[in-house]
Amino acid sequence: MKIIVCIKQVPGTSKVQVDPITGVLIRSGIDTKMNPYDLFALESALRLKEEFGGVVNVITMGPPQAIEIIKEAFMMGADDGVLLSDKKFAGADVLATSYTLSQGIRKMGDFDIIITGKQTTDGDTAQVGPEIAEYLNIPHVANVLKILEVTNKDITVEMDMPETVEIVKIKFPCLISVEKDIYQPRLPSFKRKMQTKNKEVKVLCLKDMEDKDEKKYGLSGSPTQVERIFPPDENADKEIWEGTGDELADKITNKLKELKFI
Amino acid sequence: MGKLFIHHDLVNDDTANKLVKICPFGAIEYKEGKLEINAACKMCRICVKKGPKGVIEYIEEPVINIDKSQYKGIAVYVDHVNGKIHPVTFELIGKARELAKKVNYPVYCIFPGFQIFDNAEELLHYGVDEVFIYDYLELKHFNVETYTAVFEDFIINKKPSVILIGATTTGRSLAPRVAARFKTGLTADCTVLDIKENSDLVQIRPAFGGNIMAQIVTPNSRPQLATVRYKIMNAPQRTDEANGKITVCSMDTNKLKSNLEVLKITEKEVEENISEAEIIVVAGRAIKTKQDMSLAYELAEVLGGSFAGTRPMVEAGWIDAKKQIGLSGRTVKPKLIITLGVSGAVQFTAGMKSADYIFAINKDPKAAIFSVAHYGIIGDIYEIVPKLIENIKKEKGLVGEMPKYAAPSTRN
Repeated sequence: MKIIVCIKQVPGTSKVQVDPITGVLIRSGIDTKMNPYDLFALESALRLKEEFGGVVNVITMGPPQAIEIIKEAFMMGADDGVLLSDKKFAGADVLATSYTLSQGIRKMGDFDIIITGKQTTDGDTAQVGPEIAEYLNIPHVANVLKILEVTNKDITVEMDMPETVEIVKIKFPCLISVEKDIYQPRLPSFKRKMQTKNKEVKVLCLKDMEDKDEKKYGLSGSPTQVERIFPPDENADKEIWEGTGDELADKITNKLKELKFI
Repeated sequence: MGKLFIHHDLVNDDTANKLVKICPFGAIEYKEGKLEINAACKMCRICVKKGPKGVIEYIEEPVINIDKSQYKGIAVYVDHVNGKIHPVTFELIGKARELAKKVNYPVYCIFPGFQIFDNAEELLHYGVDEVFIYDYLELKHFNVETYTAVFEDFIINKKPSVILIGATTTGRSLAPRVAARFKTGLTADCTVLDIKENSDLVQIRPAFGGNIMAQIVTPNSRPQLATVRYKIMNAPQRTDEANGKITVCSMDTNKLKSNLEVLKITEKEVEENISEAEIIVVAGRAIKTKQDMSLAYELAEVLGGSFAGTRPMVEAGWIDAKKQIGLSGRTVKPKLIITLGVSGAVQFTAGMKSADYIFAINKDPKAAIFSVAHYGIIGDIYEIVPKLIENIKKEKGLVGEMPKYAAPSTRN
C-alpha cells in the first residue's frame, strides 16, 4: 500500500499580535513545530503500513527550514519525504497551496491513499485536503473518525456529520482527512533519529513541476487577496474590576443576580 | 496580482536588518550581504508599507479582468440530513438577504437531496427568492462527489456571484471541492461579511494563527465562496406567508456516479451540545491540574450551565474535544459565558464573542480576553471561584450539598 501524508510546519505559539498604533505584526519568537493534527494523519498511515505493508511518504510545502518536520516524520517512521520550496510559491492561498501540493504529489508516483490532518493550527481552514483531491480528480472523505476496513481496492471509514455518523466506502486512489484522536500518535524514536540522520529529503521547486506556469502558484495563483490585517475589535462599553478574591467574588455574584442568572 | 521586487542598490546592513526584523513570518533573509525573500512570505507587504522606504517594492502585474456582471445572485447551500435542514442555513439566508439588498441581487437556495420538496417550501418563509432543488435518489445522503456535481450544474446555469455554505463538517468538506473545481476563492469561517458596490464580497476572519483579523476579497474570480460557522449570523423571523418559488432542476445523472458508497447512517448518541447551552463556564490555561477542573465543573453546575474549554485544555486531554470553543472547536452564543483564566486568543474569541454577557477572570491585566469581555475581572481564579461558588450556593439555598473541589464522577 502506498500512502502519502501531507504535513505542515506551523508557528509554535499563537502569540502573533498587531501593534494597534503602527499596524505592524509583533511576533514573539519564531519557534515552529509540526501541525499537531498532522501527527494523527501520520500515525494513521504508519498503522496502515504496519498492517498491510507498503510505504509512507510525506510531503510539505514551505520555506527551506520546513525540512525539520520531514525529519521529524522520519523519526516517527516515514520512509521518504518531499519538500516543495520556491519563493514563487510565496503568498499562496488555499487554492494555490492545494494546486502546488497536487503538482508535487504527481511527482511522487502512484499512490493508494493520501491522508491529511483535520486542519492546521495556523490557517484553521480544513480546506486544503479536499482541494488537493479535486485537483487530483480522486474522491475524498473528510472528518474521518475511524478506519473500519481496508481491502486492496478500497477503504471503509466512519465520517463525522453534524448530527449523524456516515459509514462510507471509498475506492483507491483517494484522500481522507482524519480527526484528532483517531489513534494516539507515537513519539519520535531516538533509534530512528540515528538511522535517518543523513537521509536525504527531496526538494522540489517550480521548475521541477509538470505545470511550470508561474501564474498558477503563489500569490499569482491565489484568487483571494488579503486587503488588510487589523487587531480584533475592542468591546467599547466594558467594565474592569479589581480587588481581593472575596471582593471580586461578591461583585460577580451581585452582577449575576442583577442580570437574573441567579 | 504581483510580486515583491528588491532594490539591491538600497540594501545595506541597516536597511536589511530592519526588514528582517519587520517581517512577521521570518521570510526575509540577509546572508553575506544579500537580501532574499523566501517561501515563508505571505505577501502581507508589511515590508513595503512599514520597512525602510523603497528597498522592497510591490510590482503589480497586469491581469485580465473577468466580467463580473455575468454573475448575479447570492446562493445559500441548504445543509441537511434526509431533508431536515440545519439551522445554519437560515442564518446564512439572513445574511444573504442583507448582502443581496445592497447590490440588488436575488437570494437563491441550492438544495440537493431526495424527496425534499416539502422541506424546500419551508425556506420560502424566510425571504428566499428562488429555491433550486435537485431531487434524485443518488443525492439522498451527503456524498461530496455527487453534491459537487450538483453545484457544478447550478453554477454553470445560474452563475451566482456569491455562495454561502455553513461551516458544518459537511460544508467544510463540500465547499473546497466546489471552489477548486471552479478555481475560485474560498474563505473559511468568516465572522463578518459585507459586499462592495462592484459585487466583491468582503470577508473577515481571524488569520495567521494569531490575534489578528484579516479582510479578504476575491477580486477577479467568480463565484465567491465563503463558509460561516453556526451561531455567527442571525436567522430572519419566519413569516406566515411564503414568497418566492421552487424550481426543480434536472441534470445529467451520469454525473451522479461516484467512487464513494454510503453504506449506513447512524444517529449520534445524544450528547450535551455546548452550542445550544445558555450558560457556559470555560476552563482556560490558568487551571493548573486536571483535578482543579472541578472549579469549572462546579461553577457550571451551580449556575445550571455547561462547561467548556480552550484548545490547550483539549490538547492536554483534560476536556473532551466536543467541549472545545473556538475555530477548531464549536461556536457558541449563550446568554452568559464566564471564562476562567482564558487568555483570549482570537481563535477562541471568534467562537464565543457574540454571547450576551461575557465575564472574564484572568490574573493578567493585559490578557486579550479583556477586549471582548463585558465584565473583566482581574484576579486569580483560585481566589475568586471557590468563593463565587459558595456565594451562588447560598443564594440558591444549596449550601452543603456539594463538597468543594469534588472530582466529577459522571462528566468528563
